[in-house]
Parts: sequence; C-alpha cells; structure tokens
Amino acid sequence: MRAHGASGTRSTLIAVASTVVFAVVVVLVVSNSPGWPEVQRQFFNGEFFRESLRVIPKAFLLNVRIFLIAEVFILVFALLIAIVRSLPGPVFFPLRALAIVYADFFRGVPTILVIYLLGFGAPALQISGIPRGELFWGVVALVLVYSAYVSEVYRAGIDSVHPSQEAAARSLGLSQAKTMRYVIVPQAVRRVVPPLLNDFIGLQKDTALVALLGPVEAFRQSQIEVASNFNYTPYLVTAILFVLLTIPLARLTDWLVIRDRRRQLALGAAR
Amino acid sequence: MSAETVLKIEDLHKSFDVEVLKGISLTLEPAEVVCLIGASGSGKSTLLRCVNLLEPIQDGRIEFLGEEITAPGVDVDGVRRRIGIVFQAFNLFPHMSVLRNITLGLTKVLKTPQAQADEEAADLLARFGLADKRNEYPDRLSGGQQQRVAIVRALAMRPELMMLDEVTSALDPELVAEVLDVIRELADSGMTMLIATHEMSFARDIANRVCFLDDGVILEEGSPEQIFSAPTNERTKQFLQRIIEAGRL
Amino acid sequence: MRKQLVLTLVLAVFVLAATACGADEAATPTAAGTETAAADPCAKDQLNLKTPGQLTIATDNPAFPPWFQDAEGAPWDPTTDPTKQGYEAAVAYGVADQMGFADDEVKWVVVPFDNVFKPGPKDFDFDINQVSYSPKRDEAVDFSDSYYDVEQAVVTLKSSKFAKATSLADLKDAKLGAQLGTTSYDAIVDTIQPSKDPNVYTTNNDAIRALKNGNIDGIVVDYPTSLYVTAVQVPNATAVGRLPAEGQEYFGLVFEKGNPLRDCVNQAIAKLREAGTLDEYAQKWIEGSAPPVLK
Repeated sequence: MRAHGASGTRSTLIAVASTVVFAVVVVLVVSNSPGWPEVQRQFFNGEFFRESLRVIPKAFLLNVRIFLIAEVFILVFALLIAIVRSLPGPVFFPLRALAIVYADFFRGVPTILVIYLLGFGAPALQISGIPRGELFWGVVALVLVYSAYVSEVYRAGIDSVHPSQEAAARSLGLSQAKTMRYVIVPQAVRRVVPPLLNDFIGLQKDTALVALLGPVEAFRQSQIEVASNFNYTPYLVTAILFVLLTIPLARLTDWLVIRDRRRQLALGAAR
Repeated sequence: MSAETVLKIEDLHKSFDVEVLKGISLTLEPAEVVCLIGASGSGKSTLLRCVNLLEPIQDGRIEFLGEEITAPGVDVDGVRRRIGIVFQAFNLFPHMSVLRNITLGLTKVLKTPQAQADEEAADLLARFGLADKRNEYPDRLSGGQQQRVAIVRALAMRPELMMLDEVTSALDPELVAEVLDVIRELADSGMTMLIATHEMSFARDIANRVCFLDDGVILEEGSPEQIFSAPTNERTKQFLQRIIEAGRL
Repeated sequence: MRKQLVLTLVLAVFVLAATACGADEAATPTAAGTETAAADPCAKDQLNLKTPGQLTIATDNPAFPPWFQDAEGAPWDPTTDPTKQGYEAAVAYGVADQMGFADDEVKWVVVPFDNVFKPGPKDFDFDINQVSYSPKRDEAVDFSDSYYDVEQAVVTLKSSKFAKATSLADLKDAKLGAQLGTTSYDAIVDTIQPSKDPNVYTTNNDAIRALKNGNIDGIVVDYPTSLYVTAVQVPNATAVGRLPAEGQEYFGLVFEKGNPLRDCVNQAIAKLREAGTLDEYAQKWIEGSAPPVLK
C-alpha cells in the first residue's frame, strides 16, 4: 500500500534513514572489532577473490548444466509418480503402493548416500549396457531423490483443486485421463509454484554433491583453491554465484504467483 | 428429440454413512421441466449427482433414454456426455478463457474440429448475450455471468437432459434474474430439464411438475398450482409456510 | 714510573671490570641450574610437548600400507591398539626412541590429511602422514627434514591403453584423478598437463573406486602407495611410471608453526639416517622394482 502525501514521504525518509544508520553501525562495529583484519585476510581477501574469479565461474557452468538437465527430468518424473498415487480403484493398488514406497524411501535416505551408492555402486556391477559415466549417475541420483519430494508437492497441488472441478469436467463426458490432463493438473501445477521453487533451490545446491564422484564443479573447485592457498575467500565467490542463480528464479516465482492468484481465487462462490 | 421417456428413476436408495435417498421414483418425459424443492439436506443435490453417475447407488435403477445406466459395464463417460449438469459453484475452469471452457468438451469429447468448435461456442455465447466475454478469463466475470457461461458450456454438448443444481443459490440477488432468464429460454426451446431450486416463484412459473423432497423421500408431487396453492401433505404445508414467511414466495 | 702505574691501574680496572661482567654472566642461572654448561634443549624433560612426558603423534584414519599396517597387513586404525609395522610407524617409533621415549609414552591421535597443514594451533606434537614439503605449506606449518624422498606414480588398469605409456606425452589424453589437496593433484596439473580436466576425489579410496569402475583412466599417488594399490587394492592395476619433479619431493613430519620441537626431531632423524636405519626401514616396508620415470 502506498501512502500518499506528506506522511508518505516522511515514512519513506524514516525508513531510508534508519536503514542507513543500521548499516553504518554494523559496518563500524565489524570493522573495528579486534579480529577483523585477520577475518578480512582469511575470508574477504581481494587478491584471492580475483584469482578465484578466473576458475570458479567456469566450474559453476557444470552446476548449471546438471541443474537444468535434472530439473527437466524431475518435473516430468515427479508428476508421473503423483498421478500414479492418485489412480483410483483396487486394480491399481500395486502401482500406488510402489509409488508410496518410492517416495518414502528416497525422501528418507540422505542424498549423499544415494549419490555414493549409485555413482560408485552401479558402475561397479559391471553389467554391460548400463552407462558408467559419473555425471550420468550423479544426475540419476538427484532425479530419484528430488522427484520423491516434488511428487509430494504435486500431490498436494492436485488435492487442493476443488473436487467440483473434477465433477464439472467429468460431467462434460471427459475421461479421467483427459480430466487430469486438461483440467486438474494445469491448475494443480499453478498452485504449487512456490514450493516447487523451494525444492529447486535445494537442487541447485545439491548439484555440488556430484563432485564426490569426481567431476570438478564450483564448490570442489573452490575447495581446491582453498587447499592450496589456505585462504577461505574462494568459498565466498562460490556462495555469491549460487545466490546469483537463486535470485532471478525467486523473482520469477513471485511474478507467476501474483499473476495466477487472481484467477485461482476468483471462482470460490460464484459472486 | 425422441418420444421415449427421457429419465426413469425407480426406487433409488443412496447412503453415505446414513441413508440419504430412501426410495426415490421419478419420471421425465421429453420437454418436461421438473423442479425439485425442499430443505437443505433433503437430498436434491445427491439425487442429481446419482443421475449423472457421480455417486454410486445402493439400490434401485436409473434409465436414461431407455438404457439402464446403473448397470455394470455402462459407458459412463458416454452417459455424462448426453446429460448436462450445472452446479452451484466452482463450475468454470479458471485457467481457461470462456471460449476455451466451452470448446474443451467439443474438441476433446465430441471430437469437433477446433475452428468449428470455436464458431459454435461463439454462436451460443452470442445467443445468451455473452459474446463480448469470449476471451475473458472467468475471474473477470460476475457470478451471474459465470453461471450463464456454465449453462452455455453444458448446452454446447447438445445434451438430451439438463440438470441444474441450485445454480442461483450462491448469487447476489441482483444477478439471479439474468440466470433465470437463460433457464427460461432453455425451457421454452423444449429442453428436458430437472431443476433443484430455492427460487419458488420461478419454479411455479416454469415447471411442468414440482416435487417436494423431504428427508430423502418425495413427499408430494404435482403441478405447480397443486403444490404451491393447495398442498396436501402436512410437511409440505409447513415448508411452504416458512418460505412465505421468509418473503420468498 | 707514574705512566706505568697509571697503565697498570687502567689495566687492572679493565681486568676487574671484565671478570666482574664475566662473573655476572656465569652467575646467571641456566635452566639446568649449573653454572658452567648450557643444558641440552632436546633432553626429554626439556621438550616442548602438548602433554609433558608424552609424545603425541597424529596420522589419518585409516592409515594405509606400506606406511602403517596392523598384524594382518591391513590398514591400521589409530584409535585401536598401536602398531609398529609399516614404514611411517617404524620412523615414528624410531624418532621417539632417539629422543628417549618408551613405546608406551607414544600416543596416537587422528587428524584428517587436509587439516594437517592448515595454519593454526595443533593438537599434536607432530604429524606423520605422507605430507610433502611445499613452500606454500611451509608458510602455515613447519616441516622436519626429509624422512622419505618420494616420487609420484601413475597407476592404470592393466587393460587400459595408457598402461603402455612410456612418456608424459602418452598421457596427454588420459582422464586422470587424484585426491583433493595433494601434491599428486598438483603433479597432474603442473607436470602431465593433460587435455582433459582431472577428476578430484575426497579420498584416495574414491579415486581407486573410480579407476576400477572405468570412470578414469589413471590415478596419481605417491610411489609407495602405488605399491599397495597394485598389490592389494586393485590387483589388475599397474604402476605405469614415476613422474619427474623439479626438485626432490620429500615427506616431512609436520609441526605447529614455530615449535622448537622440530629441531630436536631433526637431530633424531639425522641420527637414524646416519646409522642406516631409514634405509633398513625402506628395504623392509617399501621394496619392489620401481617403474621407469616418464619424461
């Protein structure tokens, strides 16, 4: 809500002034603390910052690649699981049970274990025809784990669509499958964009786990820099890169939510 | 329009945890308009949902155009295609434009080509004064407009029976009239209709027959004059009395 | 006469002053309490130790052959009973013995490899864990003199096309791997300079697993470790060759920066070397014909 007139300008001025004062106080306290020069040398070192910028962003491209590939598969696979979970009737019970076991298992096991087990274990079986690449199994592990979480998000979205929507669609003569495809799922997905994004922000960071299998991504690269220089500033560079990736996604989500909220809330009671 | 009985309900029993419909029998002939009246909870909505096979029944049978639709192995989607139903709320698909709401059934169920479906939908919308809302999303429409679109959407499927479940009950009073006009026009055009409603004046106006539902049973059935002016059943009288006192008749 | 007297007097004054000063110095008590000789700073009770009377030595867990091994010849867990088997175990107890410690006065603690040479105070007197001296590391910690001159070696599967490599150029297209933060990794990047970026692993075991799985063509480890890898861990692997180095790479014991204990330990190492004891240890624990040096 925008305040108008003199009182609005005054509130803005107060807000700005208090923020500036707060920031100045923090900076003064921190930079005058006895340990600051040492902390600055260890964590905020300009020379190592510039040096890391030469190698870490390139390694970060690997994180982005892993993230983009995995995300596509997760969005699809998780939706499949959510739909299987919602299949009605006793004949589909084995499939529903399988979906439940899958979701429980992969949400329960720590992601790092799945990466180790699949990344080192699967190729060790030496079964011909199975791919051996470490990136492949790293992505598979991430897809399996995150699809479990995301399928629950989809499920919540599907359940949140008012049952009258399904009734209205079925009453037109649309089959169960077509109802899901054209009426339920499109609404469900729009409703769960914020929690979906939450899971994807987690995925972005978990791409660093693939480094356990060998490939050098941004976090591993910063570990290499730190190990050879005993200075922690490279970690700062990596942190900034991850945050920079998150911000546009978060703003995009906000925009999507605002755009759809109107439409979703409109049709409560027909007013 | 066929000359055979459109709808025949025989001794229908339906339970949730308790029995809600306790032996309903009802027939609709072509072009007949039957209004169901009764208190909330009397089973009107449940009855309509059973006819549309949205609810399974415990006993009895329903025949639609001579076919027993409650028998096992019936093509349920096919039955629903030929029966149109409009609910009280949450009708339209919010993520689709008005036009797409209407053409969805045409293209995906009736397999009408998109261009032809668009044209048919536009014509129907124009007929009911909604042509300019064609590309709007439902959130931009008033409640009355939304319900009119919902009726058009059901109509677009060319059903042989239209069922309306309290379609004006959730509307602001000034929006009710426009919806009633649409229903009236439908009835005048010869559509067979089963209407659950609280709008007593409207029912008296439009119905060929009125059924009073009370606690899962049709207590009284007859012409509007009979039911509204000279009810015989005691409970019917009490119900109508309360309605009159509330100024709704 | 008066000149001579004056001269004599002046001389006497000088002598008196000198002896007075000398007496002062001699009278200053030494740490040992004697007035004549300075005490031995490397005597056992003079040593700068974490716990007086105890020598605290650190290594990683598990500690691998041929550096450490248990009674069955398997990797050793420092949190269990101590072992004297293995090259580094032998060196550690040899140094302790030289400095006057009995076996039961040696205490073992665990410190992961990449924590050893980070700057800061340490919980050990010294660490022995195949830590190579490097000027960079030397800024953070102090190293003893060499207790083992080391070379890096490349290990591949026998079936690999790189198993036949005879020169550095032959390895240019290989996908190699090494443990994070090691001179082995540096050797790949600085000496071999392959066209494909090397993989980096948290532990050597992960790298070995990747080698077995065929995800990488070869790993780089120090030469004695390659003996254990090819003999026990991956029998179908072979050490292809040793890598040339600019100077002689060597392992040193690692001390907290500025710890005077280092000098005393250096004396102990020097004695072991002169007596040929280090060679004995090497012959016992690190035998085997070394593969050629790749150029």
